[in-house]
Amino acid sequence: MTTPIIQLDKLTKKYEEQLAVNNLSLSIHKGEIFGLLGPNGAGKTTTILMMLGLSEPTSGNITVCGINPTRNPIAVKKKVGYLPDDVGFYQHMTGLENLLYTAQLNGIPLDEAKKRAHHLLQKVDLLDATDKKTGKYSRGMRQRLGLADVLMKKPEVIILDEPTLGIDPEGVRDFLKLIRELNEEEQMTVLLSSHHLHQVQQICDRVGIFVNGELLAAGDMESLAKQLFVEDTFVIEIKAQPIHKELIERLQTIPNVNKVETVPSGIEIYCKEDVSAAISRAIIESGASLYQLQKKNFGLDEIYHRYFEGGNPDGIGLTKK
Amino acid sequence: MELASLKNKWSLLMNKEHTEKHRNNSTFWVIVQKEFSDYISSWRIIILLAIILLTCVGSLYTAVTTIQDAIDANESAEEIGRSSYLFLQLFTTSDGTLPSFITFVGFLGPLLGIALGFDAINSERNKGTLSRLMAQPIPRDYVINGKFVAALLLSSLLFFTLGLLVMSMGMLILGIPPTLEEFFRIVFFLISCIVYIAFWLNLSILFSVIFRQAATSALSSIAVWLFFSVFYTMIINLIAKPLLNNDSITTVEQAVGRQEFVLNLLRLSPNYLFSEATTTLLSPTVRSLGPLTMEQTVGAVASPLPLSQSLLLIWPQLTGMIAATMICFVIAYILFMRQEIRAN
Repeated sequence: MTTPIIQLDKLTKKYEEQLAVNNLSLSIHKGEIFGLLGPNGAGKTTTILMMLGLSEPTSGNITVCGINPTRNPIAVKKKVGYLPDDVGFYQHMTGLENLLYTAQLNGIPLDEAKKRAHHLLQKVDLLDATDKKTGKYSRGMRQRLGLADVLMKKPEVIILDEPTLGIDPEGVRDFLKLIRELNEEEQMTVLLSSHHLHQVQQICDRVGIFVNGELLAAGDMESLAKQLFVEDTFVIEIKAQPIHKELIERLQTIPNVNKVETVPSGIEIYCKEDVSAAISRAIIESGASLYQLQKKNFGLDEIYHRYFEGGNPDGIGLTKK
Repeated sequence: MELASLKNKWSLLMNKEHTEKHRNNSTFWVIVQKEFSDYISSWRIIILLAIILLTCVGSLYTAVTTIQDAIDANESAEEIGRSSYLFLQLFTTSDGTLPSFITFVGFLGPLLGIALGFDAINSERNKGTLSRLMAQPIPRDYVINGKFVAALLLSSLLFFTLGLLVMSMGMLILGIPPTLEEFFRIVFFLISCIVYIAFWLNLSILFSVIFRQAATSALSSIAVWLFFSVFYTMIINLIAKPLLNNDSITTVEQAVGRQEFVLNLLRLSPNYLFSEATTTLLSPTVRSLGPLTMEQTVGAVASPLPLSQSLLLIWPQLTGMIAATMICFVIAYILFMRQEIRAN
């Protein structure tokens, strides 16, 4: 595996007495989409600001594109594009003028910048609003212009802080599709922070769950579920006829099955591993007919509820282990 | 051979460094350019500029008519013009209906400075452009420096234009050309105007760094300005009254000492420094800014001071104003560099 493009090593940030980020270690590889998932105030923005050298860590090390952003923020900012959560533009300037200003700040010659701006405005579907003052843009348009703005400098990494906040569902879908395209076409590394788990789930290769300044778990969806739900990783829902005691007992003997529960719609089987093949065999061999077998995936929804919305914040520390 | 390749490498390195430096420099001027065009296209600056222009034309008109009346009443007009620095009086005289140019500038200059600076940083922060700007590969101080330079450029441009305009109008209407000394006096007057505006500009930039709301920073800048232009002299007068009471003073030294103490208190106000500096520059007959005893004036020739002596007289005032300006800027700069970038 190649060296990670973003590497955080025991990163800690303290604001007076409050720990914003606590001992965070994380590595993100080139070309992946990483989602930083956490509730508001978890320290996501603080972490991002430290990656850009806009905030100094209390302790720990950061390397972005092989550069330490705390020591050399300008070199990092040449390679990393950052879209802040509530991105603003100079309202008296048009969309194009705003992009050209960014280009000038990045030292891009004007004719090249114009070409690039047009290309990007087309890409984010804002060609009609090119000469409209950004003060008249809607929230979704501003966010898309923000993406174009970030891409003006041809970054290697783009960091998006809550990019989908306040956009309508259709807009969110388009926006996420655009990010996916960028990732696939230009091999761009994307770091995305959000508290919208469904969106993160849709496009991220890997996800880190971040609560109260601590990274609870990181990995792809499946391994996350494994990390977080030590037991009952999979729930398999079956509909079969007839269901009798013998069948249930038989199902319980299948290795890795923890619990078999009868529900009105059929049977729910909680197991550690995906044993659907063994289950279907057991049902057929017992003489019943199998109508439906469905794996209930643990989405981030479950994870989210379990961690953030469980009701007692102290539970978070306990569930982890 | 070795040397040649080394030299080559060196020049390559130098070149790279040079272009890097050049690039950095040009990004700074990109910011200045943008801020400058923002200023001259914003309504509040346009309105303020219009007001300044109108009042200056008005004061020039009254000055010209008063001077012309004086000339008409006298036979050897040319001579009067030469001897009494008639040209400088364009800036200082009035017929009582409208204040003179110098009063107007002292009044409107701070307002211009405040209008240019009060939302420099906090508006960027509130609109969410600051974090976007900071994500670009530019040093953080470029933002605050760029705004300062752009505002200073605008006010310098404005005041030199105004000054030269008044001069040319005066020449056209009165028909008296300024002497070289008069010209330089006016140039120094304009420079001290710019320094004075720069002070208020930096004060309002400082408030724009401290306060998140543009309205708060505007009001606090105006409060400071009002305090110094209206209330400060009142307070000092209150202190001065018992201090300078004839009954309590016994010796000449004591009288002079107390007088000077009161003067120095007054000089804590930038407004007072400015008025001292400008009156000395534009009225060469001002020979001293402090109290003079009869002993000191004995033997002095009652003639106007040459420019170099006038400058020497106001040197402390000028340096004081520049120092106050720098202090405000440095505090604003340090606070800005340490501030968190996050939007709210």
